[in-house]
Amino acid sequence: MSIQIKNLSKKFNNIYAVNNLSFDIESNKTVGLLGPNGCGKTTSIGMMLGLIKPSSGKIIIQDKNIDTIDRNRLLSVMNFASPYVELPKKLSVQQNLQIYGRLYGVKDLKSRINELTEDLNLKDFVNKKTGELSSGQKNRVSLAKSLINKPEILLLDEPTASLDPDTGDYVRTYIQSYKSKNKVTILLASHNMAEVERLCDSVIMMKKGKIIDQGTSKEIIGRHGRTNLEETFLKIVRSKDEMA
Amino acid sequence: MRWHKIYALCLRHIYLISNSLPRIIDLIYWPTVQIFLWGFISKFFTLNSEYYSNTVGVILTAAILYDFLFRVSISYNIMFLEEIWSRNFTNLFIAPIKISEMIASLTITAVFRSLIGLVPAALLAIPFFGVSVFEIGPALIALLFSLYIFGVTLGLLVTAGLLRFGPSFENIAWASLFFLAPLGCIYYPVEILPNSLQIIANGLPLVHVFEEMRNILLNNIVSYPEIFKSILISIAYFVFGVSTFYLAYSGARVRGTLINMGE
Repeated sequence: MSIQIKNLSKKFNNIYAVNNLSFDIESNKTVGLLGPNGCGKTTSIGMMLGLIKPSSGKIIIQDKNIDTIDRNRLLSVMNFASPYVELPKKLSVQQNLQIYGRLYGVKDLKSRINELTEDLNLKDFVNKKTGELSSGQKNRVSLAKSLINKPEILLLDEPTASLDPDTGDYVRTYIQSYKSKNKVTILLASHNMAEVERLCDSVIMMKKGKIIDQGTSKEIIGRHGRTNLEETFLKIVRSKDEMA
Repeated sequence: MRWHKIYALCLRHIYLISNSLPRIIDLIYWPTVQIFLWGFISKFFTLNSEYYSNTVGVILTAAILYDFLFRVSISYNIMFLEEIWSRNFTNLFIAPIKISEMIASLTITAVFRSLIGLVPAALLAIPFFGVSVFEIGPALIALLFSLYIFGVTLGLLVTAGLLRFGPSFENIAWASLFFLAPLGCIYYPVEILPNSLQIIANGLPLVHVFEEMRNILLNNIVSYPEIFKSILISIAYFVFGVSTFYLAYSGARVRGTLINMGE
């Protein structure tokens, strides 16, 4: 499913959190959303999920303005994962997946849960309470929940934040392999430049609610004469700061 | 509304309760303590008051009915707060469910959660104090229904407040019922209130429910028009509660408080 964002803005108390954002994500592509804290990444994702009402602009999914699409129909083909959003801690992993599977109307739920349990290596703790898991395990469970409905659009907000390098790499490898086997359009908000370089087909750099550059990682790095995305990001963000 | 979605939402709370023995004990403990406390007070009054001397257990029956209202409302609030406490709020609001399905699931689960606590307490009152709430007869169902609708309404208004003001509104959730209790005329006739407060109190379904309960137990007369009136008032408040919840949800989308809401 393709996504088009057209002149999207959101104001909170007369301050722009997102200011005139426009970009396209082609079907089955992965786009990285980069930017410092408070640059509007989560607000942009929130608007795409319908959790935040835009002040102006349009979100077009598969050539249809989301205001004209039945919200529940749209949400049934989307999903979201973030380390800042958790599943009920007192319920077991199995119970949480069952509930969300039912909410998303997943057919043959049992085999879908088994599949995800196998793929994401959840077997050892599937009957444990979610609150008793380590952050790495919780992260995988959260990813399993976000894939329960085989979403055609997947929004990931810092999916590997606060994970150790090994678990972080596991999650990245899984997302890469999932993407190769399934038709899914991914928007990935992250602070991890190496992750974005590895997973994304193109990158959008944001600061203070605005897009400051976009293109493939190579294009952006080349434009700014740097050797990697992290150096490029720092250059862009700092030079804009000096200008401001 | 789709029942399988409502069932899935109810299942979340069924799992939560069935996973935890302390939670079940907690649900039973407070109504039982309440019943024993009011049972002894009731016993004292029946021995020392002319008003209550011709019938045993008017106060205790009032306590049981009031506790039902309290449990329904507090259950509704707690189930909503559980989503905030567990940081599950965003997950729920991005799932393909309608607000009406969310309200329906909380409304259905609240009654079961309340009955888990209240039924054992009401049954204990029979051997310990010789008081059976079932003496009210078939009218009991109608009185409970009215209280149930009003309890859910209070829950809706508090959860709307949580959506509007965030978790800081939690304290109001606990205080909401105590605020209305003096006007509800639970343990005393409405005539005790000053005239100005009587006008406000008559606008609440509680007065009609508890007046009717006393009428049945003291005079052995059932006035169905009065009970019907209490149900109608409860439904009117319920419609107001639902509208307020929808407004709060819409406002939360504008303010962006639905994302990352949690303790």
